[in-house]
Amino acid sequence: MKLKNRYPYLFISPAVLLLSLFSLIPILIAFFISFTDMNLKGLADWSSISFIGLENYQTLFADDTFIKSIFNTIFYVVIGVPLVIICSLSIALLLNYGTSRLFTMFRAVYYMPSITNIIAVAVIWGYLYNTEYGLFNYILSLLTVENIPWLQEPTIAKISLIILAVWKGIGINMIIFLAALQGIPKSYYEAAEMDGANRLQVLFHVTLPLLRYATFFVTVTTLIGWMQFFEEPFVMTDGGPLDGTISIALFIYKEGFQFSEFGYAAAGSFVLFAMIIVVTMIQFKLRKSDTEY
Amino acid sequence: MAAATKKNKWEQALVIFIMVAGGILVSIPFIWMISSSFKPESEVLAIPPTIIPENPTLENYINLFTNMNFAVYLRNTLVIVFFSFLGLLFNAMAGYGFAKYDFKGREKVFYIVLATMMIPGQVTMIPVYLLLNAMGLTNTMTGIILPGLAVAFSIFLFRQFMTTIPDDLIEAARLDGAGEFHIFFRLVIPIAKPIFAVQGILTFIAGWNSFLWPLIIANDESLYTLSVGLSLLQGQYANNFALQMAGAAFMVVPIIIIFSFFQKYIVEGFTMSGIK
Repeated sequence: MKLKNRYPYLFISPAVLLLSLFSLIPILIAFFISFTDMNLKGLADWSSISFIGLENYQTLFADDTFIKSIFNTIFYVVIGVPLVIICSLSIALLLNYGTSRLFTMFRAVYYMPSITNIIAVAVIWGYLYNTEYGLFNYILSLLTVENIPWLQEPTIAKISLIILAVWKGIGINMIIFLAALQGIPKSYYEAAEMDGANRLQVLFHVTLPLLRYATFFVTVTTLIGWMQFFEEPFVMTDGGPLDGTISIALFIYKEGFQFSEFGYAAAGSFVLFAMIIVVTMIQFKLRKSDTEY
Repeated sequence: MAAATKKNKWEQALVIFIMVAGGILVSIPFIWMISSSFKPESEVLAIPPTIIPENPTLENYINLFTNMNFAVYLRNTLVIVFFSFLGLLFNAMAGYGFAKYDFKGREKVFYIVLATMMIPGQVTMIPVYLLLNAMGLTNTMTGIILPGLAVAFSIFLFRQFMTTIPDDLIEAARLDGAGEFHIFFRLVIPIAKPIFAVQGILTFIAGWNSFLWPLIIANDESLYTLSVGLSLLQGQYANNFALQMAGAAFMVVPIIIIFSFFQKYIVEGFTMSGIK
């Protein structure tokens, strides 16, 4: 019996040990170094690291680039998240309309962008967005619209990145909505039809309320994902022009790996972590009060 | 009744029209990528652009391997993919452990595993780099592979699926004298095939696309993956869009092919894992 008891630990230990080493211990290290001035010098010689208390956190909130990155991240989240949810829900409703092979085929088409490599995406969209040779400006020139500086003007660049990220973000959420839609029993629709409800009434009073759990799940995960908006500005604009597209996550990466200010970057990452926790908790709170009615 | 079906026909036509039009819109980047990758350098900058290449050429694809080291990048990427399947096995084992064994601290450890999903990648990025540096693993393949092996979400999905396997089945095998690992490999894995299919495809895609970690860890070009190589290409040949598109197509097309074969499993996988 004693021998048998070690099996569960044998099964879970490889994955659990790896997770502890690369997820749990790092968070303690990050927390610790966020109170130090650890940088490239400290990497070579640990004795040169000194404890500086809350200085990193104070510097952060006086750092114009960090403030700008918070503003930009809010911009991405406020516009991007609702767009992704509306687009993926609408496409899921379209795809759920029929069952023929055509619908299955287009399900794959809409899903495709989400599994496409981000660098390939950046390379392709960089070409599409090119001011002189890009397809977008060519099509617009046919409609006699002036060249648009897709990635050269701070606000337009932010919107360009959002368009790209929405294009890439639809797939996975659409699949979740589709799975939820297929789980709704047919009898609900039949009952509504018998009661004489029209299409729109069915949509707003039967389908959407039944998608509440899926919508909640998609909203929480999408919001967390967009708060960590990173790869798009990283590969398309490197945060420019004039820090116009830098996000909090990109700020952390740059401080950490371009300027090797590990302590400062770790402090930034904890500010982001705290923001994510607060936003997620607010959502759960709102949902709780929602179900009580 | 006739009026109703007529109305339905119109409605159906409208739905199909919107769906197809939206689908084409979504596919434009892909179509443009494929078409441009077969154009000679001069044609790719032509205004007005051609949709179908006038002088199709394979030159861009050949250049990837002669001017750039895409063969090396491809090898490294495949090594990463191979080892991420080892990680998949670890995740499956852990999922089975949490689902089918009763042991001290099971709930606690499982909640900790779930909690790691909450930690944003940006928080662990720097300390993991510092850890690997202290272990002397920067600029090595091991350093690139190791941090990505265990995936909490994957453990969670395996556990969800494996709790549905009847205990009697496992108990019966035990009575027949089968060892615990024998049961796992010979009985549990075949039953859990559907979840392995989904996780396998997702693991392949993640490994094939891996970018950030190889970029941080690898200093030598000999350790670059396809993504890192492609971003290098974008910097070096900023105005050679035909070559860039060929590089992108080389990364994207294999994924599209694999996905179109297995897409049924991915959708079923989401329904199965109870995200409803």
